[in-house]
Amino acid sequence: MARPSPWRYVGRRILSALPVLAGVVVITFVLTRMLPGDPALYYAGQVDSFQAVEEVRHRMGLDRPLPVQFVAYVGDLLHGDLGQSLSTGQSVGREIVQRLPASFELMAVALAVGMALAIPLGVAAATRPGSLLDHACRVTGTAGVSLPTFFTGLVLIYVLYYLLGIAPAPVGRFPSFMRPPPSVTGLLTVDCLLAGDFGKFRVACAQLALPALTMAIFTLAPLMRMTRASMLGVLSSEFVRQARANGMPWPRLLFGTALRNAMLPVVTTMGMIASSMLGANVLVERVFAWPGVGSYALDAMVSLDYAPLQGFVLTMSVLYVLINLLIDVLYGIIDPRVRFEA
Amino acid sequence: MSASIAPRRRSALLFLLRGNPVTCAALVLFAAIVAVAAIGPLLLVSDPLATHAAHTLEAPSAEFWCGTDEVGRDVFARIVVAARLDLVIACAAVAISFAIGSVLGGAAGFFGGWVDAVTARIVDTLMAFPLFLLAMAIISALGNNTANVVYATAIVNLPFYIRMARAEAAQRRGAGFVEAARLGGAGSARVLFAHVYPNILPPLMVQISLNLGWAILNAAGLSFIGLGVRPPTPEWGIMVADGAADIVSGAWWVSLFPGLALMLTVFCFNLIGDGLRDLLDPRLRS
Repeated sequence: MARPSPWRYVGRRILSALPVLAGVVVITFVLTRMLPGDPALYYAGQVDSFQAVEEVRHRMGLDRPLPVQFVAYVGDLLHGDLGQSLSTGQSVGREIVQRLPASFELMAVALAVGMALAIPLGVAAATRPGSLLDHACRVTGTAGVSLPTFFTGLVLIYVLYYLLGIAPAPVGRFPSFMRPPPSVTGLLTVDCLLAGDFGKFRVACAQLALPALTMAIFTLAPLMRMTRASMLGVLSSEFVRQARANGMPWPRLLFGTALRNAMLPVVTTMGMIASSMLGANVLVERVFAWPGVGSYALDAMVSLDYAPLQGFVLTMSVLYVLINLLIDVLYGIIDPRVRFEA
Repeated sequence: MSASIAPRRRSALLFLLRGNPVTCAALVLFAAIVAVAAIGPLLLVSDPLATHAAHTLEAPSAEFWCGTDEVGRDVFARIVVAARLDLVIACAAVAISFAIGSVLGGAAGFFGGWVDAVTARIVDTLMAFPLFLLAMAIISALGNNTANVVYATAIVNLPFYIRMARAEAAQRRGAGFVEAARLGGAGSARVLFAHVYPNILPPLMVQISLNLGWAILNAAGLSFIGLGVRPPTPEWGIMVADGAADIVSGAWWVSLFPGLALMLTVFCFNLIGDGLRDLLDPRLRS
């Protein structure tokens, strides 16, 4: 059989994401139109006249048929227009873009920490199945899945901030009395380094430590379980036995040959982990007053301002579709078998 | 003959459970949690909503086992009352998604064709959303109340049941017993519901158990951020949120005890789920 080109697979995978994106937009539109309350009433303000409300409704296009409204909605989306926040009066799209780096920094660091802890632990558990370490990993794995993220965060704050005084107060990305470095990338730690300010870099890292740890604990359990299961399978396969019989040194076999093969199923679970991280991010941002997109949506929600919440859900869902697309494409490039099956 | 089989089967179950002490412990814990949820509120001496102005933010004592919160409400009483609400929300949500998902997925797997194609599109679209965020969006659209938490959790979980039931039903579509039922003159609907459907239930049971834990976490997370159950109704997520401000000043008990109750319940469901999976699918036993 001819080796299928990876680019054909990539192209097909990108095409298959389009109907899903369309579905996301339709559902978000439906949910937006089911909003409690009448947006026209909000915009008309305190004016108590029927005529004024009708006028606003007409101006906003809310009196047109739903399909026409949908076309207008999609048109707005294509221009990056997610509506306006009632409480801040700002464009939702712009505010989300401004706050996205804070959330991204938090999630990226958390995922890196989680993987750095989970993969060695999973490998260790898989090499000694049935050992004390294996059982400990299994119990902590199940316990980790059972931990409510917001609760983990609060316990960490109590122990590391209140009792031990190691961690700084949970007041967001940067203490308000310090001037943040000039924004280049929007990622505070990177910006500090770019400005060459190591003092501020340490402050930013300290603020980041607890929320990132909270989320890392959250990703730890599924990653560890998956690594263990997949590593167990690979270690009992024939090519590993063969390599061992040929005298390949054990560490090289374990971390080179075996781990590389075992990571493939772990990559596929990254989609699930991304989904739960995007959700957990909202809770962690709330607990640590982290000024990311999650707390933006929540702050707006408290004042019954739903446009930011809908814009946030739409943005995150589109990002999530793109993350899944990226994972699948990478997977197709790494593993030629996927291209044969597809 | 059946008389001689029944005791042996029971002893086999006992044998499996004895080999699995963790699952046994989880079942006992589960029974205890259900008992607390069922009769706990009747045994309480103190009112979970009553405020004691003289006893605000008191540490755990003989009078208030888990301390009191900012307005002097008994944290212990609130945890016990909240157990019922949290369990009911989770069970109702899981029951809805199981009922709809298993039938829809079973039909999709059994009939194939356009039923399957339409169901697959629904599943793909629902799965395209990060679960918790979709639940947030649904509640904000349908209205902020407890019933909508149930519906949102059910909708968000639906794809998992559909997918699993579909895969299991598709596997059995051409099985011998299905052919036999057809030859016996059974119509499609009868073959599906009387012969295929009962066979896809066991793997779904594992999913239910794991899902109950997730549903509780989901509901608690939603009320933690102010969606769903409204204060002053006692609910574990709200109680943790209530104590969040106090924890920075050292009043740990307001958040800790409801958080522990939540964690323990979810842990218990997850352990039972793992145990059930081991029982039903010996291949996965490690």
